[in-house]
Amino acid sequence: MNTVAEQKPIVDNDPKTAKKALEIRNLQAWYGESYILQDINITVNQGEVVTLLGRNGSGRTTTLRAIMGLTGARKGSIRIGGVESINLPTYKIAHLGVGYCPEERAIFSSLSTEENLLLPPSISKTEKGMSVKEIYDMFPNLAERKASPGTRLSGGEQQMLAVARILRTGAKLLLLDEISEGLAPVIVQALARMIVTLKAKGYTIVMVEQNFRFAAPLADRFYVVEHGKIVETFAASELDSKMPVLSELLGV
Amino acid sequence: MEIFGIPWSLMLSQLLLGLVNGSFYAMMSLGLAVIFGLLNIINFAHGALFMMGAFFAWMGLNYFGINYWFALLIVPVVVGVFGILIERSMLRWLYKLDHLYGLLLTFGITLLLEGVFRSFYGVSGQPYQVPALLSGATDVGALTLPNYRAWVVVASLTVCFATWFVIERTKIGSYLRAGTENPKMVEAFGINVPVMVSLTYGFGVALAAFAGVLAAPIMQVSSLMGSNLIIVVFAVVVIGGMGSIMGSILTGLGLGVIEGFTRVFYPELSATVVFILMGIVLLIRPAGLFGKEK
Repeated sequence: MNTVAEQKPIVDNDPKTAKKALEIRNLQAWYGESYILQDINITVNQGEVVTLLGRNGSGRTTTLRAIMGLTGARKGSIRIGGVESINLPTYKIAHLGVGYCPEERAIFSSLSTEENLLLPPSISKTEKGMSVKEIYDMFPNLAERKASPGTRLSGGEQQMLAVARILRTGAKLLLLDEISEGLAPVIVQALARMIVTLKAKGYTIVMVEQNFRFAAPLADRFYVVEHGKIVETFAASELDSKMPVLSELLGV
Repeated sequence: MEIFGIPWSLMLSQLLLGLVNGSFYAMMSLGLAVIFGLLNIINFAHGALFMMGAFFAWMGLNYFGINYWFALLIVPVVVGVFGILIERSMLRWLYKLDHLYGLLLTFGITLLLEGVFRSFYGVSGQPYQVPALLSGATDVGALTLPNYRAWVVVASLTVCFATWFVIERTKIGSYLRAGTENPKMVEAFGINVPVMVSLTYGFGVALAAFAGVLAAPIMQVSSLMGSNLIIVVFAVVVIGGMGSIMGSILTGLGLGVIEGFTRVFYPELSATVVFILMGIVLLIRPAGLFGKEK
């Protein structure tokens, strides 16, 4: 029954016809009294890979957390698949089809690797995620170590697990925070291949990346965040011409 | 037959008594541990809710003719729902604050509940008949085993190990374990953590009420029966540590037995031995025997 060839979804970049997976307008967010996000505007079309660049502390991680409703107060508009989510509690936001992989990975130490993988429930009635078998095919290490406690895995394996567990749920919008951070080059390459595979399967991905060389060849578009605001946005094709601006903004 | 000059039968009967007390400690500290794990609340009201369980069983029998067996099923549900109301209306606002506030609030709830029952029923105990099916005793050779006490041990161990199994070995339990570690992340996966928190509190409270119904025929049903128990149970929790489900169960049972044997060898110490052990454990392993250092 393998008649459907692997189709590469064509990313529709025409602003009039493109389906928006994520639309953030004038987002402001606080942690207690601290005013972190001051004016975030991001649009991500279905099937796109978008990378948020910026210095440490510029508000990239907070942007992802704000999308999930994990910050303090939020203002503005965040539409996920067309649905306004700014006033929804975190667990309902997830059910709009979002999978979140935090920077600290948040692998549960009291759960085995397989329990960690199976923990996130299905969040969509219509969308089916990858099966456990597909995931184990993609990350054979996880299959070998499925009975070990989640935090006994190596850093790279934990990172794979943190991403793998949101692929099962039917989430089509993935928020990936610094997944290449602190990992050996060979693992970083494996993760890059994974992003390419996921894109080909039609996932929409928003990445926060410090590792510019990892992000550059993967992303369709880039946003640069500085002091809680979007200060620059450009497409992958403009990357070369934007390098001087980028090196000034990011110090790369 | 004698051991250290103590007759066998006395040893065995104290062992049984220790197991009975230990069963109550285990059920109570298990509920406290589950609640503390997910809610970060030290539920001082646990003793009062235990008392409420016993009183509801007594009231059910005397006012509505609800027999022991039905009470054992219904009362934990009723008290559990009452617990959920407490959680939704009051505890919910305290999660972001220090543990101390939860302790203070639940201490206040304890005073209120005890006050209400004291004003209606005074402090003297009300008797509750052992159900007919379990009255009497069985001769097992070395000692005569009171049937009801044996039932208490069996019933509470069954409940404790069923709880352990659900938490450690099932999917629902994996949500609870994950929620204990990182509730925000569990919520980000799309799990309704606020409801999970309410149900967990309700369950912990229902365990206390179940223990209360079991205790009704053994202890006198009185407004103060909870506070007498809760002090020892908190010492048990400190000794066992908050980290582990099995730890709470084993520590509860173990301390009950130690207390029982102390009563044989040096009765004067039996009321304080748990607190002495608590002091020693705090000096050597501040996180408790099964607790995880944070």
